[in-house]
Amino acid sequence: MTDAALANTGAALTRPTGWRGIVADWSSDQRAFKNVSWGKAMMWIFLLSDTFIFSCFLLSYMTVRSSTTVPWPNPSKVFALTIGDTTIPLILIAIMTFILISSSGTMAMAVNFGYRHDRVKSAVLMLVTAAFGATFVGMQGFEWTKLIMEGVRPWGNPWGADQFGSSFFMITGFHGTHVTIGVIFLIIVSRKVLRGDFDREARGFFTSRKGHYENVEIMGLYWHFVDLVWVFIFAFFYLW
Amino acid sequence: MAQAAVAHVEGQQHPIKLYLVVWGWLFVLSTCSYLVDYFGIHGYLRWSLILLFMILKAGLIVAVFMHMAWERLALMYAILVPPVLVLVFVGIMVFESNYTLFTRIIFFGAGT
Repeated sequence: MTDAALANTGAALTRPTGWRGIVADWSSDQRAFKNVSWGKAMMWIFLLSDTFIFSCFLLSYMTVRSSTTVPWPNPSKVFALTIGDTTIPLILIAIMTFILISSSGTMAMAVNFGYRHDRVKSAVLMLVTAAFGATFVGMQGFEWTKLIMEGVRPWGNPWGADQFGSSFFMITGFHGTHVTIGVIFLIIVSRKVLRGDFDREARGFFTSRKGHYENVEIMGLYWHFVDLVWVFIFAFFYLW
Repeated sequence: MAQAAVAHVEGQQHPIKLYLVVWGWLFVLSTCSYLVDYFGIHGYLRWSLILLFMILKAGLIVAVFMHMAWERLALMYAILVPPVLVLVFVGIMVFESNYTLFTRIIFFGAGT
Protein backbone atom coordinates (compact mmCIF):
# COMPACT_ATOMS: atom_id res chain seq x y z
CA MET A 1 0.00 0.00 0.00
CA THR A 2 1.38 3.38 -0.92
CA ASP A 3 1.35 6.39 1.32
CA ALA A 4 -0.46 8.43 -1.31
CA ALA A 5 -3.45 6.12 -1.00
CA LEU A 6 -3.45 6.55 2.77
CA ALA A 7 -2.86 10.28 2.86
CA ASN A 8 -5.17 11.32 -0.01
CA THR A 9 -8.42 12.03 1.75
CA GLY A 10 -10.28 13.11 -1.36
CA ALA A 11 -11.19 16.48 0.12
CA ALA A 12 -11.06 18.19 -3.25
CA LEU A 13 -14.15 16.41 -4.56
CA THR A 14 -17.56 17.91 -3.96
CA ARG A 15 -19.76 15.46 -2.16
CA PRO A 16 -23.43 15.42 -1.23
CA THR A 17 -24.30 16.73 2.23
CA GLY A 18 -26.98 15.93 4.79
CA TRP A 19 -28.71 12.55 4.82
CA ARG A 20 -27.85 12.00 1.16
CA GLY A 21 -24.24 12.51 2.19
CA ILE A 22 -24.44 9.83 4.89
CA VAL A 23 -25.97 7.34 2.47
CA ALA A 24 -23.50 8.22 -0.27
CA ASP A 25 -20.48 8.00 2.09
CA TRP A 26 -21.46 4.70 3.66
CA SER A 27 -22.54 3.01 0.44
CA SER A 28 -19.54 4.16 -1.54
CA ASP A 29 -16.50 2.14 -2.37
CA GLN A 30 -13.26 2.04 -0.35
CA ARG A 31 -13.97 4.24 2.64
CA ALA A 32 -16.87 5.64 4.64
CA PHE A 33 -15.06 8.61 6.20
CA LYS A 34 -14.35 10.65 3.11
CA ASN A 35 -12.26 13.60 4.21
CA VAL A 36 -10.78 12.03 7.33
CA SER A 37 -7.51 10.13 7.33
CA TRP A 38 -7.42 6.65 8.81
CA GLY A 39 -5.34 7.82 11.73
CA LYS A 40 -8.02 10.26 12.77
CA ALA A 41 -10.89 7.88 12.08
CA MET A 42 -9.25 5.18 14.17
CA MET A 43 -8.64 7.60 17.04
CA TRP A 44 -12.35 8.47 16.96
CA ILE A 45 -13.27 4.78 16.99
CA PHE A 46 -10.88 4.14 19.86
CA LEU A 47 -12.44 7.04 21.77
CA LEU A 48 -15.86 5.55 21.11
CA SER A 49 -14.75 2.27 22.67
CA ASP A 50 -13.25 4.19 25.59
CA THR A 51 -16.59 5.97 25.98
CA PHE A 52 -18.20 2.59 26.53
CA ILE A 53 -15.60 1.65 29.14
CA PHE A 54 -16.20 4.82 31.13
CA SER A 55 -19.95 4.45 30.62
CA CYS A 56 -19.74 1.01 32.21
CA PHE A 57 -17.83 2.41 35.18
CA LEU A 58 -20.30 5.22 35.71
CA LEU A 59 -23.20 2.79 35.25
CA SER A 60 -21.84 0.38 37.84
CA TYR A 61 -21.38 3.36 40.17
CA MET A 62 -25.00 4.39 39.54
CA THR A 63 -26.16 0.83 40.20
CA VAL A 64 -24.35 0.37 43.52
CA ARG A 65 -25.29 3.86 44.68
CA SER A 66 -28.99 3.46 43.96
CA SER A 67 -29.25 -0.10 45.26
CA THR A 68 -27.59 0.36 48.66
CA THR A 69 -29.73 0.78 51.77
CA VAL A 70 -26.91 2.66 53.53
CA PRO A 71 -26.72 6.44 52.91
CA TRP A 72 -24.11 7.50 50.34
CA PRO A 73 -21.30 9.71 51.74
CA ASN A 74 -21.86 13.38 50.86
CA PRO A 75 -19.18 14.20 48.23
CA SER A 76 -19.53 17.90 49.00
CA LYS A 77 -18.23 17.22 52.54
CA VAL A 78 -15.87 14.36 51.70
CA PHE A 79 -13.98 16.46 49.16
CA ALA A 80 -14.06 19.71 51.17
CA LEU A 81 -10.77 21.34 52.05
CA THR A 82 -10.03 23.51 55.06
CA ILE A 83 -7.88 26.42 53.94
CA GLY A 84 -6.97 28.64 56.88
CA ASP A 85 -10.09 28.59 59.01
CA THR A 86 -12.72 28.23 56.32
CA THR A 87 -13.90 24.88 55.01
CA ILE A 88 -14.76 25.19 51.31
CA PRO A 89 -16.83 22.37 49.80
CA LEU A 90 -15.41 20.49 46.81
CA ILE A 91 -12.77 23.18 46.21
CA LEU A 92 -9.93 20.87 45.16
CA ILE A 93 -12.14 19.16 42.58
CA ALA A 94 -13.22 22.56 41.23
CA ILE A 95 -9.59 23.63 40.82
CA MET A 96 -8.79 20.31 39.10
CA THR A 97 -11.70 20.93 36.72
CA PHE A 98 -10.41 24.39 35.80
CA ILE A 99 -6.89 23.02 35.28
CA LEU A 100 -8.12 20.31 32.93
CA ILE A 101 -10.27 22.77 30.97
CA SER A 102 -7.30 25.10 30.63
CA SER A 103 -5.20 22.23 29.35
CA SER A 104 -7.85 21.57 26.71
CA GLY A 105 -7.70 25.22 25.67
CA THR A 106 -3.92 25.18 25.24
CA MET A 107 -4.17 21.86 23.37
CA ALA A 108 -6.72 23.27 20.91
CA MET A 109 -4.36 26.18 20.20
CA ALA A 110 -1.39 23.80 19.83
CA VAL A 111 -3.31 21.96 17.08
CA ASN A 112 -4.03 25.28 15.39
CA PHE A 113 -0.41 26.44 15.45
CA GLY A 114 0.66 22.98 14.28
CA TYR A 115 -1.38 23.34 11.10
CA ARG A 116 0.18 26.77 10.59
CA HIS A 117 3.61 25.06 10.82
CA ASP A 118 4.53 27.25 13.79
CA ARG A 119 6.71 24.62 15.44
CA VAL A 120 7.82 26.50 18.55
CA LYS A 121 4.37 27.80 19.53
CA SER A 122 2.75 24.41 18.89
CA ALA A 123 5.37 22.51 20.92
CA VAL A 124 5.36 25.02 23.79
CA LEU A 125 1.56 24.93 24.01
CA MET A 126 1.67 21.14 24.07
CA LEU A 127 4.24 21.19 26.86
CA VAL A 128 2.02 23.64 28.79
CA THR A 129 -0.84 21.17 28.25
CA ALA A 130 1.37 18.37 29.58
CA ALA A 131 2.27 20.51 32.60
CA PHE A 132 -1.42 21.15 33.34
CA GLY A 133 -2.05 17.42 32.99
CA ALA A 134 0.80 16.55 35.35
CA THR A 135 -0.55 19.10 37.86
CA PHE A 136 -3.96 17.46 37.61
CA VAL A 137 -2.50 14.01 38.30
CA GLY A 138 -0.50 15.47 41.19
CA MET A 139 -3.64 16.91 42.75
CA GLN A 140 -5.38 13.60 42.25
CA GLY A 141 -2.49 11.94 44.08
CA PHE A 142 -3.00 14.44 46.92
CA GLU A 143 -6.73 13.65 46.92
CA TRP A 144 -6.11 9.90 47.07
CA THR A 145 -3.55 10.30 49.86
CA LYS A 146 -5.94 12.46 51.89
CA LEU A 147 -8.82 10.02 51.49
CA ILE A 148 -6.69 6.96 52.26
CA MET A 149 -5.38 8.67 55.40
CA GLU A 150 -8.97 9.36 56.44
CA GLY A 151 -9.72 5.65 56.14
CA VAL A 152 -11.34 5.29 52.72
CA ARG A 153 -10.78 1.80 51.33
CA PRO A 154 -12.34 -0.03 48.37
CA TRP A 155 -14.28 -2.10 50.92
CA GLY A 156 -15.35 0.64 53.34
CA ASN A 157 -15.15 4.17 54.63
CA PRO A 158 -16.06 6.08 57.81
CA TRP A 159 -19.03 7.98 56.38
CA GLY A 160 -21.47 5.60 54.74
CA ALA A 161 -21.99 3.07 51.98
CA ASP A 162 -19.01 0.76 51.48
CA GLN A 163 -19.28 0.99 47.71
CA PHE A 164 -18.16 4.63 47.78
CA GLY A 165 -14.47 3.71 48.00
CA SER A 166 -14.47 1.12 45.23
CA SER A 167 -16.37 3.44 42.87
CA PHE A 168 -14.10 6.35 43.69
CA PHE A 169 -10.81 4.50 43.22
CA MET A 170 -12.00 2.72 40.11
CA ILE A 171 -13.35 5.75 38.27
CA THR A 172 -10.79 8.38 39.23
CA GLY A 173 -7.97 5.84 39.00
CA PHE A 174 -8.85 4.90 35.45
CA HIS A 175 -9.27 8.53 34.48
CA GLY A 176 -5.94 9.45 36.11
CA THR A 177 -4.27 6.67 34.13
CA HIS A 178 -5.66 8.18 30.94
CA VAL A 179 -4.32 11.60 31.90
CA THR A 180 -0.89 10.13 32.70
CA ILE A 181 -0.70 8.33 29.35
CA GLY A 182 -1.79 11.58 27.68
CA VAL A 183 1.00 13.53 29.38
CA ILE A 184 3.60 11.00 28.19
CA PHE A 185 2.35 11.14 24.60
CA LEU A 186 2.11 14.94 24.68
CA ILE A 187 5.81 15.09 25.54
CA ILE A 188 6.64 12.64 22.73
CA VAL A 189 4.58 14.52 20.12
CA SER A 190 5.86 17.94 21.19
CA ARG A 191 9.42 16.67 20.83
CA LYS A 192 8.60 15.52 17.30
CA VAL A 193 7.06 18.90 16.46
CA LEU A 194 10.05 20.76 17.86
CA ARG A 195 12.48 18.58 15.89
CA GLY A 196 10.55 19.30 12.71
CA ASP A 197 9.61 15.66 12.13
CA PHE A 198 6.29 16.69 10.62
CA ASP A 199 7.92 19.20 8.24
CA ARG A 200 10.23 16.52 6.84
CA GLU A 201 7.48 13.87 7.06
CA ALA A 202 9.80 11.69 9.13
CA ARG A 203 8.52 8.17 9.67
CA GLY A 204 7.22 7.23 13.12
CA PHE A 205 9.22 4.81 15.26
CA PHE A 206 6.21 2.57 15.78
CA THR A 207 4.04 2.72 12.67
CA SER A 208 6.80 3.78 10.20
CA ARG A 209 4.16 5.96 8.55
CA LYS A 210 5.03 9.46 7.42
CA GLY A 211 4.35 12.07 10.07
CA HIS A 212 2.04 15.02 9.41
CA TYR A 213 0.78 17.90 11.53
CA GLU A 214 -2.47 15.97 11.68
CA ASN A 215 -0.73 13.84 14.32
CA VAL A 216 -1.01 16.85 16.62
CA GLU A 217 -4.74 17.00 16.01
CA ILE A 218 -5.08 13.26 16.71
CA MET A 219 -3.16 13.77 19.95
CA GLY A 220 -5.55 16.64 20.66
CA LEU A 221 -8.57 14.39 20.14
CA TYR A 222 -7.32 12.04 22.83
CA TRP A 223 -6.57 14.90 25.21
CA HIS A 224 -9.96 16.57 24.75
CA PHE A 225 -11.58 13.19 25.34
CA VAL A 226 -9.82 12.95 28.72
CA ASP A 227 -11.27 16.37 29.55
CA LEU A 228 -14.66 15.24 28.27
CA VAL A 229 -14.69 12.20 30.55
CA TRP A 230 -13.85 14.44 33.48
CA VAL A 231 -16.92 16.57 32.70
CA PHE A 232 -19.07 13.47 33.22
CA ILE A 233 -17.17 12.26 36.30
CA PHE A 234 -17.41 15.75 37.83
CA ALA A 235 -21.16 15.84 37.24
CA PHE A 236 -22.07 12.31 38.25
CA PHE A 237 -19.57 11.42 40.94
CA TYR A 238 -18.71 14.72 42.62
CA LEU A 239 -21.82 16.84 42.18
CA TRP A 240 -24.71 14.35 42.13
CA MET B 1 -20.92 22.10 5.08
CA ALA B 2 -19.40 24.39 2.47
CA GLN B 3 -17.27 25.52 5.40
CA ALA B 4 -16.06 21.96 5.89
CA ALA B 5 -14.64 21.77 2.39
CA VAL B 6 -12.64 24.93 3.03
CA ALA B 7 -11.49 23.82 6.47
CA HIS B 8 -10.05 20.60 5.11
CA VAL B 9 -7.75 22.12 2.53
CA GLU B 10 -5.01 21.76 5.10
CA GLY B 11 -6.36 20.21 8.26
CA GLN B 12 -8.70 22.05 10.58
CA GLN B 13 -7.97 25.77 10.58
CA HIS B 14 -10.09 28.07 12.67
CA PRO B 15 -9.37 31.44 14.27
CA ILE B 16 -7.71 31.29 17.70
CA LYS B 17 -10.41 33.63 18.99
CA LEU B 18 -12.99 30.85 18.61
CA TYR B 19 -11.00 28.60 20.94
CA LEU B 20 -10.58 31.38 23.49
CA VAL B 21 -14.32 32.09 23.47
CA VAL B 22 -15.12 28.40 24.01
CA TRP B 23 -12.49 28.22 26.74
CA GLY B 24 -14.18 31.17 28.46
CA TRP B 25 -17.59 29.53 28.22
CA LEU B 26 -16.24 26.29 29.65
CA PHE B 27 -14.93 28.28 32.62
CA VAL B 28 -18.29 29.97 33.10
CA LEU B 29 -20.20 26.68 32.87
CA SER B 30 -17.81 24.93 35.28
CA THR B 31 -18.19 27.78 37.75
CA CYS B 32 -21.97 27.50 37.43
CA SER B 33 -21.95 23.76 38.12
CA TYR B 34 -19.64 24.31 41.09
CA LEU B 35 -21.96 27.00 42.45
CA VAL B 36 -24.83 24.50 42.32
CA ASP B 37 -22.94 22.55 44.98
CA TYR B 38 -21.63 25.62 46.81
CA PHE B 39 -25.12 27.04 47.38
CA GLY B 40 -26.41 23.59 48.29
CA ILE B 41 -29.25 23.44 45.76
CA HIS B 42 -31.09 20.15 46.17
CA GLY B 43 -33.64 17.93 44.52
CA TYR B 44 -34.72 18.03 40.90
CA LEU B 45 -33.39 21.56 40.36
CA ARG B 46 -29.88 20.38 41.35
CA TRP B 47 -29.96 17.34 39.08
CA SER B 48 -31.33 19.20 36.09
CA LEU B 49 -28.81 22.04 36.49
CA ILE B 50 -25.92 19.57 36.79
CA LEU B 51 -27.07 17.72 33.67
CA LEU B 52 -27.64 20.95 31.75
CA PHE B 53 -24.16 22.33 32.46
CA MET B 54 -22.61 18.91 31.82
CA ILE B 55 -24.25 18.54 28.41
CA LEU B 56 -23.38 22.11 27.39
CA LYS B 57 -19.72 21.58 28.37
CA ALA B 58 -19.51 18.21 26.63
CA GLY B 59 -21.13 19.68 23.54
CA LEU B 60 -18.67 22.57 23.36
CA ILE B 61 -15.66 20.29 23.80
CA VAL B 62 -16.79 17.79 21.16
CA ALA B 63 -18.09 20.34 18.65
CA VAL B 64 -15.32 22.94 18.74
CA PHE B 65 -12.23 21.54 20.47
CA MET B 66 -12.54 18.14 18.77
CA HIS B 67 -13.73 19.79 15.52
CA MET B 68 -16.76 17.52 15.25
CA ALA B 69 -18.88 20.45 14.04
CA TRP B 70 -16.85 20.61 10.83
CA GLU B 71 -16.74 16.87 10.11
CA ARG B 72 -19.00 15.14 7.60
CA LEU B 73 -22.27 13.72 8.90
CA ALA B 74 -21.10 10.15 8.20
CA LEU B 75 -18.41 10.47 10.91
CA MET B 76 -20.59 12.54 13.25
CA TYR B 77 -23.37 9.97 13.34
CA ALA B 78 -20.98 6.99 13.49
CA ILE B 79 -19.35 8.39 16.63
CA LEU B 80 -22.17 10.27 18.38
CA VAL B 81 -25.13 7.89 17.96
CA PRO B 82 -23.69 4.74 19.66
CA PRO B 83 -23.08 6.49 23.03
CA VAL B 84 -26.74 7.56 23.06
CA LEU B 85 -27.66 3.87 23.15
CA VAL B 86 -25.93 3.70 26.54
CA LEU B 87 -29.14 5.31 27.83
CA VAL B 88 -30.88 1.97 27.21
CA PHE B 89 -28.28 0.35 29.46
CA VAL B 90 -28.94 3.08 32.04
CA GLY B 91 -32.65 2.18 31.92
CA ILE B 92 -31.91 -1.52 32.42
CA MET B 93 -29.64 -0.84 35.39
CA VAL B 94 -32.14 1.54 37.03
CA PHE B 95 -34.67 -1.32 36.93
CA GLU B 96 -32.09 -3.77 38.23
CA SER B 97 -30.92 -1.58 41.11
CA ASN B 98 -34.49 -0.79 42.15
CA TYR B 99 -35.13 -4.51 42.35
CA THR B 100 -31.92 -5.10 44.33
CA LEU B 101 -32.85 -2.31 46.74
CA PHE B 102 -36.34 -3.78 47.12
CA THR B 103 -35.03 -7.27 47.94
CA ARG B 104 -32.45 -5.85 50.37
CA ILE B 105 -35.14 -3.96 52.26
CA ILE B 106 -37.46 -6.99 52.28
CA PHE B 107 -34.92 -9.61 53.36
CA PHE B 108 -32.30 -7.69 55.34
CA GLY B 109 -34.33 -4.79 56.66
CA ALA B 110 -33.49 -1.15 56.06
CA GLY B 111 -30.22 0.31 57.26
CA THR B 112 -27.98 -2.76 57.12
